[in-house]
Amino acid sequence: MTSRTADSEHAHVAGYRPADRGTQPEYLYPPYSSTVKRSPSQPLVLLPASLSEVTGPLFGWDVIHANDFDLTKQHAGDPIGERIVVSGRVLDANARPVADTLVEIWQANAAGRYPHPRDNHDAPTDPNFTGCGRTLTDADGRYRFVTIRPGEYPWRNHYNAWRPAHIHFSLFGRAISTRLVTQMYFPGDPLLEYDPMYTSIPDERARRRLVSEFDWETTIPEQALGYRFDIVLRGRDETPMESDLSRGGER
Amino acid sequence: MSLRTTASQTVGPYLHIGLTWLVTDNLVGPDFTGEPVTIDGRITDADGKPVDDALVEIWQANARGRYDHPDDARNIPLEPGFRGFGRVPTNAAGAFRITTIKPGPVPAPGGGMQAPHINVLIFMRGMLRELRTRLYFPDEPANASDPVLARVPAQRRGTLIATPRGSGTLGWNVVLQGPDETVFFDY
Repeated sequence: MTSRTADSEHAHVAGYRPADRGTQPEYLYPPYSSTVKRSPSQPLVLLPASLSEVTGPLFGWDVIHANDFDLTKQHAGDPIGERIVVSGRVLDANARPVADTLVEIWQANAAGRYPHPRDNHDAPTDPNFTGCGRTLTDADGRYRFVTIRPGEYPWRNHYNAWRPAHIHFSLFGRAISTRLVTQMYFPGDPLLEYDPMYTSIPDERARRRLVSEFDWETTIPEQALGYRFDIVLRGRDETPMESDLSRGGER
Repeated sequence: MSLRTTASQTVGPYLHIGLTWLVTDNLVGPDFTGEPVTIDGRITDADGKPVDDALVEIWQANARGRYDHPDDARNIPLEPGFRGFGRVPTNAAGAFRITTIKPGPVPAPGGGMQAPHINVLIFMRGMLRELRTRLYFPDEPANASDPVLARVPAQRRGTLIATPRGSGTLGWNVVLQGPDETVFFDY
């Protein structure tokens, strides 16, 4: 039988620790020009953990369809490009797997083009590729997608600006505190060091963790190269803090 | 053992491809208790220009103040089918609309209760990590004793409180930067 508790026992709940120093971009990063008009100028107000912050939507397999994990099988024909397997584990900062959590991805096609009304890059769309996928992690936090390697594409941030090849990832974890949207990059991409999204991350090691690794283990013979991308969400405190004011606001 | 957290990156301008499959702009069902409310929101940047490529997500308790989550183990009934999650993109005018139920109060850190509120996360191009804020309800006496509102400088609290527009509609503008900048949270 589930134990039920009173309101008073939720006066102190264990919260999620802030992200490690240097691992997260600031809102304002002028080399990425769109941040200038869209970043808050006032300091964030630090909140102690309550039920509002340590809960969040939990999704099940009912929202996932059979081909959602395989972006090469969502249309009548095969998409153009190099087939790849992208897989990894979702862990928390306490090194525990984050099980049964929704992972959403989206990406450009092999030519670096999105099927989106605002993408007017002069490259072909692919009628057999939408570039949208989703899945749930298993009990060990593992996820797996089959897709095609996305192309690089130009953008107008600065002269001769090109985005490195990337796949967008969206994750929830167990609470809105752990909500994360990020991008996965590919090893050896020469565009990374010129990309203000990548360089917005202060810590060099934290940047490199957004670069997937080539992986023989998940490479399918005569089918697809494997890339591994592990994701770490914020970890939860073991016990409720008497006062969350004692900890810094660094994120 | 401690692992270092993965860095946040922007959703970019093409977020719709990956995220609009889960658009949920009406959380109200026929059997739910509580007061339906429609939030008419708008997001503007430092120049007052509408942000037409944002995504807004909400997370809230049901009308009785219960979150649909195992960590909320209080003896308060859930409403079958009411998850408390909403997701909606902004339109060309920077506007979004979500119809939901006014949530009940939930426990506050340190004791007491928080005033009814909706947790809001905002994603957009030009934002390297998400913004987190809250929507509070106008004419709600509990606002006066809400511990989160109490942390916000008095002259900025109004940015978190929606404006009644009649017939169950609330207006709520999110200003990303400037003199009327919305209060954003870190948690």
